[in-house]
Amino acid sequence: MEILLSALTGLLYAGGVYLILRRSILKFIIGIIFLSNATNLLVFLSAGIIHGKPAFINEHEPDPNLLADPLPQALVLTAIVIGFGIVIFTLALKAKFFSATSTDDSDELINTDQ
Amino acid sequence: MIEIALPILIPFTLIIILIFIRSSVYAKWIGIAGSTVLFVVAVYLFFQVRKQDVLVLQMGGWEAPFGISLVLDYLSSLMLLTSGFLVFSISIFAYHFIGNKPKFSRFFIFFFALVMGVNGSFITGDVFNFYVWLEVMMLSSFVLITMGSKKEQLEGGIKYMSLNLIASLFFLAGLGLLYGKTGTLNMAHLAQILNNDQQSILMNTSAMLFFIALGIKAAIFPLFFWLPASYHTANITVTSLFAGILTKVGVYALIRFFTLFFVQDAYFWHNLLLISAGFTMVIGGMAASIQYDTRRILSYHIISQIGYMIMGLGIYTPLALAGAIFFIIHNMIAKTNTFLVAGIVSKLRGTFYLKDIGGLLKERPFIAVLFIIPAFALAGIPPLSGFFAKFILIKAGIEDRHYVITIIAVLTALLTLYSMIKIWNEAFLKKQPEKSIVDTDVKLRFAEVFPSVILALASILLGVLAAPFFDLTQEAARQLMDPDLYIKAVLSNM
Repeated sequence: MEILLSALTGLLYAGGVYLILRRSILKFIIGIIFLSNATNLLVFLSAGIIHGKPAFINEHEPDPNLLADPLPQALVLTAIVIGFGIVIFTLALKAKFFSATSTDDSDELINTDQ
Repeated sequence: MIEIALPILIPFTLIIILIFIRSSVYAKWIGIAGSTVLFVVAVYLFFQVRKQDVLVLQMGGWEAPFGISLVLDYLSSLMLLTSGFLVFSISIFAYHFIGNKPKFSRFFIFFFALVMGVNGSFITGDVFNFYVWLEVMMLSSFVLITMGSKKEQLEGGIKYMSLNLIASLFFLAGLGLLYGKTGTLNMAHLAQILNNDQQSILMNTSAMLFFIALGIKAAIFPLFFWLPASYHTANITVTSLFAGILTKVGVYALIRFFTLFFVQDAYFWHNLLLISAGFTMVIGGMAASIQYDTRRILSYHIISQIGYMIMGLGIYTPLALAGAIFFIIHNMIAKTNTFLVAGIVSKLRGTFYLKDIGGLLKERPFIAVLFIIPAFALAGIPPLSGFFAKFILIKAGIEDRHYVITIIAVLTALLTLYSMIKIWNEAFLKKQPEKSIVDTDVKLRFAEVFPSVILALASILLGVLAAPFFDLTQEAARQLMDPDLYIKAVLSNM
């Protein structure tokens, strides 16, 4: 299971990097979503996966080393929620920028550089 | 010590109050009152730290390393104090400069959200909690930088946002790998584990991800390109706030992480830090010298000055760290002040573009004095604060035989002086260009000039009282070099 998820993480990173290098701002944002999900998976996998042993201590399972680590799951939950908020704001900003300039091309973002 | 949570709780309460306030005048007064309270709390906490060295609060009663610890040592309390002072003066400055559109009454909500994020990241003793505060800070800064919704602001906002989002993804990835390898995210616990661990090669992946993330936040070479592309587009109040506080959070975290727990592969990391510090200084300084927009000159300047702080971390002796902390505090005050004066100048002349400004020395000698104090402080002219900050850093560099970076630091000081003199010549000395029509009767209100006056006084005081202040920063550096005190204070029950 870990190997499958690691491969998926790598795939998402690759797709995300490809998308953020595109010229379209919308595709850039989709790339950010990809990267954000890949990172979430990475954090989730960081403690390893233990199948079917949630972290409830009772008399049958006294050894906490055999239980799944709940902390990465909590971290990922927080990170996902933060990610949602940020994606919403990004899309809103993009929509506003589009209505002001009617362009989706990041090559035209040259007015504040130099 | 339940008071440690106050710098987070007060802004949070203020945000909730401000949501219900519709009138922008009331919002401004609440903003000023709230930031005064925050400043007083920061002063109180600073004196508590002087008495007890390290203050710790275990959130929710969960003992470290299981819960989130809030830790306040000399470095964090000095940062808290300085940012409290800046927030206080900027909240007064905002009174006139934020504009009078009704929706700008919302400004202070995001202002305090940003302050909450900044204070939280100074206080927290947990890496994941630091990430959360970073996000709080980042989201509110997105809103602030695009406030006004002009075309260039939206464009600057997109650039600012995209690079900062990538930075926080790097941070999160580094954090995940770090947890996988150590099984903890409490900074003191991490320090305890990693200080006894010889397998540095395993830690370098996490350290590098953190370095890139915090490097983007701190705007060091070659990761700074979001800063000059966005800072000059926002309202001048917002720019002053960002210039003073935001990038310094990145520098603070670099200092904290690379003195507390990423200490294994010291030779590699210190060289990397020194190389990027050198490039940051030179490239920021050079890019500043070709600009003609005051805000752009000053924005490139922020980058150039970040180099000095990283240089102090890279040399890594007690003296160099003390110099870096001194420099951060001096720079926060002086840099914000130059932006405030730029705001006043643009109010008088209606533009930030230096070629259209002139004749201010004769017309407004007082504003000229207000500009020359932070400008000379930044350039490092004695007896102002910047002289001592640079002196300590350069002395540390020579003592530890880092001659190249020391020479670069000295030369960059000249570049700084050059661009400050450029603003001085163009805006103050030369005559007002004839084609432009200027209304010379613009009256400056008290609240527009007052913040700049107190910041200028602070710059002078830091210079005059450099010795006692240097003792404080030395104390902070001593704590950083000897993390046992920090570890013992947090993990008292282990």
